[in-house]
Amino acid sequence: MGEHVSIREILSKYNGKRKELISILQAVQDKYGYLPKESINQISKFLNISENEIYGVATFYESFRLTPPGKHLITVCMGTACHVRGAPRILEELQRELQIKEKETTKDGLFTLEIVNCVGACALGPIVIIDNQYYGQMTSQKARKLLKKYREIEEKKTE
Amino acid sequence: MRNENITLEKLEIKRKSIIEKRKIYNRLITVCGGTGCQAYNCREVFKKFKELIFQKDLKNKIELKITGCHGFCERGPIVVVQPEGIFYQRVTPEDVEEIINETIIDKKIISRLLYIDPITNCKIEKEKEVPFYKKQKRLIFGNNGLIDPTNIEDYLAIGGYKALTKVLTEMKPAEVIDEIKYSGLRGRGGAGFLTGRKWEICRKAPGIEKYIICNCDEGDPGAYMDRSLLEGNPHSVLEGMIIGAYAIGAHQGYIYVRKEYPLAVKNISQAVSQALKWNFLCKDILGSGFTFNIDIVQGAGAFVSGEETALIASIEGRRAFPTPRPPYPAEKGLWKKPTNINNVETWANVPLIILKGAKWYSQIGTKTSKGTKIFSLVGKINNTGLVEVPMGTTLREIIFEIGGGIPNGKKFKAVQTGGPSGGCIPESLLDLPIDFESLSEAGSMMGSGGMIVMDEDTCMVDVARYFLTFTQHESCGKCVPCRIGTRQMVEILNRIIKGEGEPEDIKQLEELAQIVKKGSLCGLGQTAPNPVLTTLRYFQNEYEAHIYERKCPAKVCTDLIVYYILPEKCVGCLLCLKNCPTEAISGERKKVHVINQEKCIKCGMCYEVCPPKVKAVIKLSGKKELENIQKKQKTEGDK
Repeated sequence: MGEHVSIREILSKYNGKRKELISILQAVQDKYGYLPKESINQISKFLNISENEIYGVATFYESFRLTPPGKHLITVCMGTACHVRGAPRILEELQRELQIKEKETTKDGLFTLEIVNCVGACALGPIVIIDNQYYGQMTSQKARKLLKKYREIEEKKTE
Repeated sequence: MRNENITLEKLEIKRKSIIEKRKIYNRLITVCGGTGCQAYNCREVFKKFKELIFQKDLKNKIELKITGCHGFCERGPIVVVQPEGIFYQRVTPEDVEEIINETIIDKKIISRLLYIDPITNCKIEKEKEVPFYKKQKRLIFGNNGLIDPTNIEDYLAIGGYKALTKVLTEMKPAEVIDEIKYSGLRGRGGAGFLTGRKWEICRKAPGIEKYIICNCDEGDPGAYMDRSLLEGNPHSVLEGMIIGAYAIGAHQGYIYVRKEYPLAVKNISQAVSQALKWNFLCKDILGSGFTFNIDIVQGAGAFVSGEETALIASIEGRRAFPTPRPPYPAEKGLWKKPTNINNVETWANVPLIILKGAKWYSQIGTKTSKGTKIFSLVGKINNTGLVEVPMGTTLREIIFEIGGGIPNGKKFKAVQTGGPSGGCIPESLLDLPIDFESLSEAGSMMGSGGMIVMDEDTCMVDVARYFLTFTQHESCGKCVPCRIGTRQMVEILNRIIKGEGEPEDIKQLEELAQIVKKGSLCGLGQTAPNPVLTTLRYFQNEYEAHIYERKCPAKVCTDLIVYYILPEKCVGCLLCLKNCPTEAISGERKKVHVINQEKCIKCGMCYEVCPPKVKAVIKLSGKKELENIQKKQKTEGDK
């Protein structure tokens, strides 16, 4: 029920106009990390457009997620500069280490792996971003060590 | 809160007092705060400066600023001490105290923090003497390094909004349009349409309600000049937009910016609220009677929304599907009203043209392309960064003089311009003076200004596949030739890369490319085949090597390379063995290691971890090469 109330709170800042749809979806995702099913229903009533249409918009744009992300969001930049400097190998290494593909979350809920077209910090390429922290000049080995670091932090927390 | 009282006259009085107020400072320290330098932790450097200036009670003598991007991202975090223009690079928080004590107080240069020219090996003291900056003409981008983008007073102090006051007091809308037309300014977003002409069509379109849009959906991977302008000098973009709105007769504007650019969103949003406060936006701007408002819309990650009709759909809250043109947005755009869309850099050119005049502006550049262009110079290049040069500068000047050439002594292979819609230009065309026409003739395009340098280790078939995979993924799916044609092309390229290509593949790629080009509605599909076509035109030999010899000459394509440990070089350190994810390497300490090719997944980890002084792991292009080596070793062993 908590979600129900908070979504209403988000909607109260809008006028109920069609053009606000993407901005509302962004606000909901900023709060929950994804678009909960319940939110789509409420937005549909608020803007008076079908849920179907909202799903159409939400799945068209790359940045929306329909499932909750893991605790740490790993983003691999796949821009051209990063590509020619070896980004595909880093993505492969992360996929192998995490045993997931992009847009998936590890079973323990710790990591979600995503790719992005370009973050425009090309001097640092190849780049991996974990929870908004940029890690530049990546190699497969560095990527593996980075994961290890995050896993160790998590293990310490559970101890 | 809005300051209702600021009129045209009062603005000049305020401006004078801002400049006067700043005369007490005898030094200015700027810390670059662009996204690149932020990733290098420039915030910590800034914090340290602030702390020490306070502690040493210097805050009435030194002005400290965190500015927008200086462009030289390769050497960040960058600190510049003015008025001397001393240029320090790769500055860490630990260096800050020394800078204050040595450079500020004792007026000495800290040699360790200076930039070393890689060609002459000389240390360079001043920002403007650094080769990266020396060859540039930073008309649009130069102020980024001087102002704090979050402080409107900084922009006013360097003459900001003077073009707007000139327009509002001295010029009729038609005169503004004429000035922009005569300047020869062409859209910096890709197609290069004459800006003044575009404005004129929109002005003349019937209807009272009109809109203008600033397109900052900078989707080309490897390009970030628009972001750096919005981040570093947002008021110059706003000023351009307000002038454009006045000329066109629009009262509402939108800035469409990618959500992946959080700092740009923040800085432009702040600039809009400051402009409101200072009476540059909203009703009765500076008491002139002209009304104009700006809203910011954040994109949600779809490359196609950079296309103007798709962008309009996105602002309306719909899926970013392009629609056929005509009608052009200038006639029927946002909510079916006349709409003028320009890219960030185009808007930022406007105040300059108004202030300095069309005649002055049109003397810069080539016959058909006027002014300067900002390029994002990235990839296999020594000086990654943003460069602004007059149109007509050659690729060689940009890559080798400004960019400092290719790292690690490698050989230049190609430069890709225009993003996924552009093409790869080979070494033989390096002396090409860049303008809209010359790039199109070479099979590429200006695009928004991405310039990705590739060296001998880049496989051109892989690059073509990279771009096509990108456009195939980003195709909105509306037009069948784009949706299915690009997929078919990607499948062929995937086959070639795996070593399963067939001789007729090249012809088929060319045919499909023509179909996709001709049968697509918007720019995305019409230009998607360009990377394939240009690589076929200039690098067909690489395609042929993949198809006929089953080898990747640049040793990139995983299925066609083999990793091999040179027995005579291997010292048996166990590093590769321990790091191999599939346990494909066998061996013992101080004994030669061997890769089991059946188990090897070609992740390249062994190649990466093998110590540089040993360099025992090598990449071979194709299985044949491995067989040859093994045969040779066998015969040597037999001897």
